Parts: sequence; structure tokens; C-alpha cells
Amino acid sequence: MSYFVFQSAFYMDKQQQPLEDLQHIKKMMERSSRFISLSGLSGIAAGVCALAGAWFANQVIVENGGPSGYRDVVSRTFQAESLRDFMGHRLFQIAGFTFVAALFLAFLFTYLRSKKDKIPMWGATAQRLMINVAIPMAVGGIYLYKLMQFGNYGLIAPGCLIFYGLALVNAGKYTLGEVRYLGYCQLLLGIINCWFVGYGLYFWAMGFGVLHIIYGGLMWYRYEKSSPE
Amino acid sequence: MIENLNKIFDSRIRLGIMSTLMVNADISFNELKELLNITDGNLASHLKTLEENEYVKIHKGFIGKKTNTTYAVTKAGEKAFKIHLTALEKMIGSMK
Repeated sequence: MSYFVFQSAFYMDKQQQPLEDLQHIKKMMERSSRFISLSGLSGIAAGVCALAGAWFANQVIVENGGPSGYRDVVSRTFQAESLRDFMGHRLFQIAGFTFVAALFLAFLFTYLRSKKDKIPMWGATAQRLMINVAIPMAVGGIYLYKLMQFGNYGLIAPGCLIFYGLALVNAGKYTLGEVRYLGYCQLLLGIINCWFVGYGLYFWAMGFGVLHIIYGGLMWYRYEKSSPE
Repeated sequence: MIENLNKIFDSRIRLGIMSTLMVNADISFNELKELLNITDGNLASHLKTLEENEYVKIHKGFIGKKTNTTYAVTKAGEKAFKIHLTALEKMIGSMK
């Protein structure tokens, strides 16, 4: 019903019709091929989780002899046992918990946005996005697991940033195109981090924390701040 | 220029259906319904118009025991849509 009202309204202004038709075509193509419900708030929430996680991890490191002691262990590779003793798995627990919390909150805000925009969350576009993010992430996960097995802890943080960056660049084709730029920044950070082994926590906080918050804030401002509904 | 505009694409809904099918290999009835935010009956009648003009082809399949009807654009539909799109673009170009 509202469609007919809308249509008759714009047929009055014939000049505008082709332009509006083209905009409609573009909108429908985007809506059906990209997952556009990804909320900026998801990015902000994930970033806050990452910063909190980094803060806790830093506490653990300080309690265990400070960053210099930690760096000594990290830069001496092939000494898996010593780092395990050193941190007692606490860092991995923090990392795991941070990841789950960030993922949960990211899903929550995106779910809320898709409800508000009345776009189904689990459509074909969401599935396509998930698959294309999951491939680089899963491959990266396996590779990093092997690195860890060999005790090469110093390269874990840069590896996370690099594989996550690749996943985001790939995701740029299936969701908001701007995700690609977040991916480039993560890749750049990850590569720089390769030359600063032992400072991974700072790069993590920067990449997963600060960059997520900046990206999320920009996206929220651009797409959601003045949402029509 | 105007004569290149396709009467069938006068309807926003049919235009929307075609736009969606141009960028997706195939798409189910329910997905289309959710994307366009319209009722079953409304969507079915617009799809029928497109089908009668042979712009859209139907594939009836199954997911388990449930029927799954998917739609795809035909060669003729693709051509007609592109001509329509070019005509729209030219109209905008000539307005400036």
C-alpha cells in the first residue's frame, strides 16, 4: 500500500524518476548480494573487549616479572615450556575469553541492527560472508597452532593480525566495502609487528582494540546514526 | 531514448526483482519476499508477469521434503534489463 503512495508521489516529479529508479536498482543489488546489517556498534564492542583483554593480559605479564622478562621469553624461541610455566596458560585463557566475548557482542549488535532494518540475519548473504571469513581464519588458526607447538610464540600476535587482515579484505566483497580498509590496516600492523617480536600485546591492542573502535565509530556515524527507522 | 525504457520495468517491484536476480545466480521465493518486503500474492503476481515475458525462469526443487522454488534471470531478461539500464543512464545524462 505504502508503495503505491510512494510511486504516485514520485511520478508527479518525472524529472527525478530515472535517477530514483537507478538508485533503487543499486540498493536492491547491494541488499541482495552483500550482508549490510553489520553494525558499527559490533566493531566498537569487539574493540572494547580486545582492550579489556589486553589490559588483563598486561596485568598477568607485570605480575610475572614485567614486560622485559616476558620479552626475554618470547624472543627466545623453541622454549615453549618456559613460557607455559611463566604464564601458566593464563594468557591463552584471557585470549580465548576475549575472543568469545567479542564475537558474542559483535553478533548481538548486528542481530539488533538486522531486526531494526527488517533484513533477515541468516540469508544467503550472511552465509556467503561467513564462509569467506571462515576460510582465512581457519587456515590461519591451524598455522598458528603449529607455530605454537614449535614454541614460536613471538610470531603468534603478528600472525593473528595478518590472517585476520586477510579475512577482512576478503570480507569486503561480501559486506560493507569499507571492511577492506580495516583489513589493510590490520595487515600493515601485523607485518610491522614481525620486526617487533615481543611487543605483540601492544600491536594486538592497537589492531583488535583501537582500530575496531575507530572503524566501528566511523561506520556507525556513516550508516546508523541517522537511520530512517 | 524513452522508447528504450521497458514498460515491464515501470513497476518498482519488478525492477527490484530483476536487480536482485542480476547479481544472484538464483534466489528463492522466500528470500525475494524478505528482500522486497512484500506479500506472497503481490510477489507471485509480479513474478508471473516477468515469467510470461520470459525474463525469469523458475526452478522447482526440494530441500528435504519441503519444496524450494528458485528464480533465475533468462538471457532475454538480462538483455532487456541492460537496455533499460542504459536508457535510464542516458536520460540522466541528457538532463544535466
